[in-house]
Amino acid sequence: MYTASDLRKGLRIKLEGDPHIIVDFNFVKPGKGQALYRCKLKNMLTGAQFDRTFRSVDVFEPADLQEKKMQFLYREEDKYCFMDNETFEQVYLTEDQVGDMKNFLVENLETEVLLFENRPLGVSLPNAVDLYVKVAEPWAKGDTVAGKTKPVTLETGYVIQVPPFIEAGEKIRVDTRTGEYLTRVKD
Amino acid sequence: MAEGDWHLTRKGANLKTRAALLEAIRRFFNLRGYLEVETPIRIPSPAPEYHIDAVPSGDWFLQTSPELCMKRLLAAGYDRIFQIARCFREGERGGLHLPEFTILEWYEAGGDYTSMMKTCEDLILFIADALSLGRTISYRDLAIDITPPWPRITVREAFASHAPVSLAEALAASSFDEILTVHVEPHLGLDRPVFLTDYPAEMASLAKLHPRDPTVAQRCELYLAGMEMANAFTELTDEEEQRRRFAREEARRRRAGKKPYPSPEAFLACLPSMPEAGGIALGVDRLVMIVTGAARIDDVVAFTPERL
Repeated sequence: MYTASDLRKGLRIKLEGDPHIIVDFNFVKPGKGQALYRCKLKNMLTGAQFDRTFRSVDVFEPADLQEKKMQFLYREEDKYCFMDNETFEQVYLTEDQVGDMKNFLVENLETEVLLFENRPLGVSLPNAVDLYVKVAEPWAKGDTVAGKTKPVTLETGYVIQVPPFIEAGEKIRVDTRTGEYLTRVKD
Repeated sequence: MAEGDWHLTRKGANLKTRAALLEAIRRFFNLRGYLEVETPIRIPSPAPEYHIDAVPSGDWFLQTSPELCMKRLLAAGYDRIFQIARCFREGERGGLHLPEFTILEWYEAGGDYTSMMKTCEDLILFIADALSLGRTISYRDLAIDITPPWPRITVREAFASHAPVSLAEALAASSFDEILTVHVEPHLGLDRPVFLTDYPAEMASLAKLHPRDPTVAQRCELYLAGMEMANAFTELTDEEEQRRRFAREEARRRRAGKKPYPSPEAFLACLPSMPEAGGIALGVDRLVMIVTGAARIDDVVAFTPERL
């Protein structure tokens, strides 16, 4: 069981019998008032999205999902193809089902595909994924002002804020839970 | 080039502004003859408030605010005092919440919640001057005109203007906090700072009731950019009434299975000698957000619990 304090973006819970994923989350609390957990939820079966506010006394069951280790193979239009490396079985997820994880999906990445009664519904990624920088403005030498950031485009098309010394062709580690830059990676 | 901890380095500009803001706060109060005080962070008995949970520290607790100790100083004759204090509240983490955060709290003997509103205006104008912000503060896509006096609106009026139900209906349905945060707060303080005043009596366990309407308390909150910034009271000085209210809050805490707090006897005992006074607590981190344009509280402190 989860309590309200476990709620966070990406958590999957059972609500009215169906698996739901939290697509957006915010903790709000008037200084002298009660803690409220505002969630945007998506029904993983129907795709329907809605807002719901929970209170600290609320408890939740985890969604009834099976996780299966699968490798991401390729994307074709809005279909994402994953393969079980032992059985060679392939499954497809839609862009909507992949959600924000599309920003971090590179070929051959080990993932966990989520199944509900053998239907693929979503995908879990490692907390950190290494990705190549495809497009970056060159680093203006001398621009060493502490704390500056610049946007770069990763191989997945995801645009992310990084330190100014990161250049095109380098590999960086990204936190898939927050979408933030973690560190530079040496090949 | 050594990378260092970029998540720390990139906060440099905000941390410098934070330091300048803290310096301006101290200068403001020193110029006005307030005494800066320091009270213990670790205390035996926090004020029992149903919706605020103290972090245990051994048999004692980390303070959720410096209120009780500061009122004891007030009762001992320290008439104008301020403190910038680290406070701790269990389970509070979000875009505007850190479980360890910084409160500016000050008290004025002879004051009440209306005089606290005036001092609050003066303080923020002083900070705006110190940081060369002018009379319009740009916060994200907002331009907030801070020319005083700032509008005041009662909680009842604010619900009537912005909420789908009246204040009475929200209270009857136990959905006050939800309606306030979802429907009312997002409209408050967008083009000018605003004071939300006269809270329902049961939501101010340390404030005096309104002399003409005992269903509301002499309590107000300052809002800027939809954010709750500061909470002011006309302070309750009646020991018996304070005991009754603490007993009520503590009973609610126990019924909900929360950790019991010992009664703050030394504080209660000081109330007969405490002068009539106004008091206010202002969220320093959020004020730094306003003056730096930060979207999240994470951006105005060097360390968040997740990065320790």
